[in-house]
Amino acid sequence: MNNWVLVCVLLVAMGFAYQFGTMRSRSLVDGKARMHSRPVHHGLLVALWCGLPAFTVFLLWSLFEPGILRSAVLNQLPPDMAGLQGHELEVLMRRVQSIASGFGVSDQPAAYELAAAERLRSLQGTGRLAMIASMAVLAVTGLVYALRRLSPALRARNHVEAVFRVLLVVCSTIAILTTIGIVLSMVGEALHFFRFVNPVDFFFGTVWNPRFSTTGAGELGQFGLLPLLWGTVMVSIIALLVAVPVGLMTAVFMAEYAPGWVRALAKPIIEVLAGVPTIVYGFFALVMVGPFFHSAGLAVGLDIRATSALTAGVVMGIMIIPFISSLSDDIITQVPKAMRDGSLGLGATKSETIRKVVLPAALPGIVGAVLLAASRAIGETMIVVLAAGNSPILHANPLEAVSTVTVTIVNQLTGDIDFASPQSLVAFALGLTLFAITLSLNIVALYIVRKYREQYE
Amino acid sequence: MDIQQAQPNPPAAASDKRRVRVEKSLQRRHRAERRFRFIGMSAVVFGLGMVALLFISILAKGLPAFWQATVVTEVYFDPEIIRVDPRPVAQPGESPAQLREREMAWQTQVTMVNWNRILEDSLIAHLPEAASARPRVRQLVTSGERFKLRDMVVENPGLIGQRAQLKLLADANVDVWLKGNIDRSLPDAQQQLPPEVRAWADQLYERGVIQMRFSTTLFVNPDSRGSLASAGLAGAFVGSLYMMLIVILLAVPVGVASAVYLEEFAPRNRFTDLIEVNINNLAAVPSIIFGLLGAAVFINWFGMPLSAPIVGGLVLSLMTLPTVIIATRSTLKAIPPSIRQAALGIGASKVQTILHHVLPLALPGILTGAIIGVAQAIGETAPLLLIGMSAFVAAIPGTPFDQSTALPVQIYLWQGNELRNFFEARTSAAIIVLLALMLSLNAFAIWLRKRFEKRW
Amino acid sequence: MENDVMRASLASAEAAQNNHTPELKMSARDVRVFYGESEALHGVDLDIYANEVLAFIGPSGCGKSTFLRCLNRMNDTIDGCRVTGRIELDGEDIYDRRLDVVLLRARVGMVFQKPNPFPKSIYENIAYGPRLHGLAESRAELDEIVQRSLTRAGLWDEVKDRLDQPGTGLSGGQQQRLCIARAIAVSPEVILMDEPCSALDPIATAKVEQLITELSESYTIVIVTHNMQQAARISKRTAFFHLGNLVEVDETTKIFTTPSDSRTEDYITGRFG
Repeated sequence: MNNWVLVCVLLVAMGFAYQFGTMRSRSLVDGKARMHSRPVHHGLLVALWCGLPAFTVFLLWSLFEPGILRSAVLNQLPPDMAGLQGHELEVLMRRVQSIASGFGVSDQPAAYELAAAERLRSLQGTGRLAMIASMAVLAVTGLVYALRRLSPALRARNHVEAVFRVLLVVCSTIAILTTIGIVLSMVGEALHFFRFVNPVDFFFGTVWNPRFSTTGAGELGQFGLLPLLWGTVMVSIIALLVAVPVGLMTAVFMAEYAPGWVRALAKPIIEVLAGVPTIVYGFFALVMVGPFFHSAGLAVGLDIRATSALTAGVVMGIMIIPFISSLSDDIITQVPKAMRDGSLGLGATKSETIRKVVLPAALPGIVGAVLLAASRAIGETMIVVLAAGNSPILHANPLEAVSTVTVTIVNQLTGDIDFASPQSLVAFALGLTLFAITLSLNIVALYIVRKYREQYE
Repeated sequence: MDIQQAQPNPPAAASDKRRVRVEKSLQRRHRAERRFRFIGMSAVVFGLGMVALLFISILAKGLPAFWQATVVTEVYFDPEIIRVDPRPVAQPGESPAQLREREMAWQTQVTMVNWNRILEDSLIAHLPEAASARPRVRQLVTSGERFKLRDMVVENPGLIGQRAQLKLLADANVDVWLKGNIDRSLPDAQQQLPPEVRAWADQLYERGVIQMRFSTTLFVNPDSRGSLASAGLAGAFVGSLYMMLIVILLAVPVGVASAVYLEEFAPRNRFTDLIEVNINNLAAVPSIIFGLLGAAVFINWFGMPLSAPIVGGLVLSLMTLPTVIIATRSTLKAIPPSIRQAALGIGASKVQTILHHVLPLALPGILTGAIIGVAQAIGETAPLLLIGMSAFVAAIPGTPFDQSTALPVQIYLWQGNELRNFFEARTSAAIIVLLALMLSLNAFAIWLRKRFEKRW
Repeated sequence: MENDVMRASLASAEAAQNNHTPELKMSARDVRVFYGESEALHGVDLDIYANEVLAFIGPSGCGKSTFLRCLNRMNDTIDGCRVTGRIELDGEDIYDRRLDVVLLRARVGMVFQKPNPFPKSIYENIAYGPRLHGLAESRAELDEIVQRSLTRAGLWDEVKDRLDQPGTGLSGGQQQRLCIARAIAVSPEVILMDEPCSALDPIATAKVEQLITELSESYTIVIVTHNMQQAARISKRTAFFHLGNLVEVDETTKIFTTPSDSRTEDYITGRFG
C-alpha cells in the first residue's frame, strides 16, 4: 500500500519538476539567445532527471529488501532455531512478521520471537526511512542539477528523444527475449529430461507409458514419442483434408464468382470461425460431432468411437477453414488480372481459367498457406484434448482414439508440476519437438509466401 | 513458313470444321463450369452452415441454463434450532490476532447449527406427507443453500425468530429432472433422484413453489463442487478480467512501441531482419508452447505462484505481443510517407513527427489490432492449463496474485464434470458468456474501424 | 524526315489494300458503354471488313480500348460495366443472350497491352487454347498447331529448342509475340490488339509490326495504338476516337493527310493528346 503512495508522490514530484523546468525555460527566453529546444522539452528533461534515479533506487530496494531483512532476522535467532529447515522456518518467519506488524499471534509468543520481531520492525523502519531519504535526495539533486543545466543552447529535445528511443529499443527486444526464453527453457528442461531417458529411446520409441511419478524412480516407464507424433500427424492430415478443399473452394468462389454483397456478407461470417476459442470447438466436437459420427457409424455398421482422430480432425478442419480461405483469397486476388484476361480472351470459361491459369499461378502461395495451416493444426491443443480420446497407442485407424503431442504435454503438466521427475520434464522434450516442427514449417511457409508476393509486386 | 503460304486464307470448309469441333465440346465445358461453380458455392454454404450449426447448438444447449429451478418458500429462523452466542467484540488489551480467533470460534458455532433442519421444515410446510422422510426432502434444495441461511444470520443476527420469504436454488438433479434433461422413462436404478423426490419436485413445480427463475447465481457465484447448482462463473470471469487488464497494460504498449521502433527508426540491417523473422514466427508458435515457457520461467525460475492471473496475464501478453506488433506495423505502413515528409519538412524532429502526426492517424488501426489480440488472448485455454489455472478455486480472486481460473478454463473444467446432464447446459451457458464477451470486443473493434477509418 | 517515312509506308499500305473487295466482318451500331452511372462511350457506329487492319487512335481515355473490348465482350469481366447497342459478327448479334461468349472469344481473339504469358512452358502457353476448344485430336496434331502458330508469329526459330521452358523467361518482345502466337493457335477470325507494342522497345516493336502486316493476309485485325506512326505504318483504315465519341473513320491515308474533322486534324498535328 505504502509503495503505491510513494510512487504517486514521485509522480507528483515529477509533475512539479516539469512545471519548474518549463517556467525556468521561459525565463531564459528573455535573453537574446535563440532557444535550441522548447520549454516542453526542458520540462520533460528536468522531470526525467528528478524521477528516474529515484525510481531506480525504489525498484532496486523493493527487489532486494525482503532478502536482506530476512537474512538479518535469521542471523539474530538463537542458535537452536537457526537450524530450522523448510516449512518450519516459513511458519516461524510468518509468525515473526505477524508480530512485527502489530497483528500479533493468538498464543503467547516466545521471547526470541519477540526479539526477532522487534529487530525486524526496527530494520523495516530504518530501511524504509533510508530508502525514502535517498529517493528524496536523488530527486532533489536531479532536479537542481537539471535546472542549473538549462540554458538556451541545451539540446534538451535530443536528450528526451534519446530516452524515448532507448525505451522503444528495449520494447522491441522483448519479442527476441521471448524467443530466446522459449528456446532456453525448452532446451534446458529437455536436457534435464534426457538425463533420465536416452534421447534415442525418446525419439524412436514406439511405446508411450510414462507411469505415475509417485511409483518411484525405480520404474521409469517408457517415453516413446512415435505414437504421439503419429497421432498428431493423423489428426492434422484429417483436418487438412477437410479444410484445404473447403477453404480453397471458398476462397475461389469468394474471389472469382461471388457478387459483392455475398462477399461482404459471407466473408466476415466465415471468419467468425477463426475467432471462436478452441475450447468451444472442443466442446462442440465432444457433444455434437462425436456422437453424430458414432451414430452415423452405427447406421452403416462401422464402429466409430465418439472421441477419435476423425472427430478431432474434422472439427479442427472446420476451425482452419477461414485460415486457409482468407490466406488463399489474398493470394488468388494477387494473381494479375492480365493473366485472367489472357485466358478469357482465348475463349476459356471462367472455371477453366481458374483451374488452369489462376490456381497454378497461385500454387506457391497456396502451398505456403497450407503449410501454415498444418503448423497450426499440429500445435492445436484443446480440440484434441477433448475430442481425440487420449489413447497413445500406435495404430492407423482414424476411427479409433489417438493421443497427440499437445494432449500429452497437457496431461503431464496439469496438476502438480514437479520439476525433478521425468514424468513432468518430458513435457518440455515434447514441447521442444513441437516447437522445432512448427518453427520449420513456419519458416518454410513464410519464405514461400514472401517469395510469391515479391513475384507479383 | 510453307504452311502459311499453302493457305493464306483458311478456306470456308476448314473454318466450319473447326467451329463444329469447338461447338462439340461446348456443352461438356459448360457443364464443367456449372459443376465448378456449384462446388465453390457448396464450400461457402458448408462454411456458413458450420457457423450456424456451432452457434445454434451452443445457444440451444446453453440458453435454458440461464434459467434455473428455484424454490420460493418461507423460511422460519427457529430460535429453538439456532442457538448461538452473541457475536464477539474487541476487548481492551486484546491483540487483533486473539480477536480473530474468537471470531472464528463463533463462526464455527454458527456453522454447526442444523441449518438443514430449518430448510427441511420450510419444505415440509409445503409437503406434509414428507415429514417422515427428512433426509429425502433435503435433496430438493442444493446443499450450498444452508450456508446462505448461515451468512444471512451472521450478517444480521436479528433475523433469528423471524420469517423470511426466500429464493433457494433447487438441487442440480431437480433442475435436470424438471427440464427433462434426463430421460424420464429410465428405471429407478439409473435415475439420480429417488422416486418420491421426483414426485415432490413435479408437485412443487406444478404448484409454483419451484419456479424457473433467471439464474443470477451463474454471474455472482464462484465455482462450487459440493453444491453443484450454485456453481457460477464469477471467479473465472474476474480471473479473465484481470488477465485481460494485464494484457492491455503490457502487450499493447510494448507491442506498439516495438512496432514504432521497427517501422520508423530501425535501420535496415541483419539485426532488424532477425527481429522481423522472429516476430512473424512467434505469431505462429502454438499457444501451448507459451504455456511451457510460463511454467519453466515464471513458475520454476522466478518462483511465481501457481494458478495466479498475474502469471496467466504475463503468458498471454507474450502470446499477444506479435499480433499487436504485426497489426500496428501494417497500420503504420499504410500511412503515406508524404505525411511524415510534410512534418519533417517544417522542422519537426522524428519523434515529434511520430507522436504528433503518425500515431494519431494510426490510432484506430492500432486499437483495432490490439482489441482483436486481446479478444484472442481471453479465449485461450491451453497455456493456462500448464501454469496451474485448472485448479479448482471456490473463491472470487481479490487481486491478480490470488488463485483463480479463467472463463475458457472454467469451460474445460465444467465439461469434464461427472454430472453431465446438468453441466452440459451449464458449460454451454459459460461458452455463451465467453463468446458474448469476445464478440462484443470484436464488435467494438469493428465499430472503431468503421468510425475512424481513413482512406489514403 | 518523319513525314517522309510516314508517306512511304502509307503508300505501300494503300497499294496492298486495293486488291480486295471489302467483305463486312463486324459491325457496331449505336454502341454505348456505361461504367456504373457514367457513360464512357457515346453511341459508336463502325464497320470492320474482313482481312483489313483497322487502327483505333485517340488521346488516352477516349474510349478506344473500351470499344475494342466490346468486340469480344471482354468488358463482361469488369464489374459494373454495361454495354448497349448492337454489335454483329458475320451478321450475328454478339450480345444476344443465346450466344456463347466462349465461342465468340474463340472466333475473336485478343492480344493485350502488356505481354501476359501464363506461368507455364512455352509449349503449354500455345497449346492452352487448342486444348480448351478440343481443336487437336492427337498429340501430333497439337504439336503441329504449336509449331505453325509459333512459326507464323516468327518465334519458332528463337524458341524451338526450349519449348519446355517457362514463357515468362522470354524477353518482352518475344513474350508479346508468344501471346500473338497463343491467340492465333485458336485460329480466330478476328484478332483484337490493345496497344500491343506499348510495353516494347523499338526493335521488338518493329518485329511485331511486321508480324501484324503478315497476319493481315489471313485475319481481320483491329489494333488500338497511341502511336500515330504505327497506325500509319500498318493499318488500312483508321478510326479516331475522342472523349468517348468516334469522330471519324476513313482510309488511313486520308485521316493523316486530309481529315474531315478539325479535332482529328488537331490531334494528328499534335495540338493535344
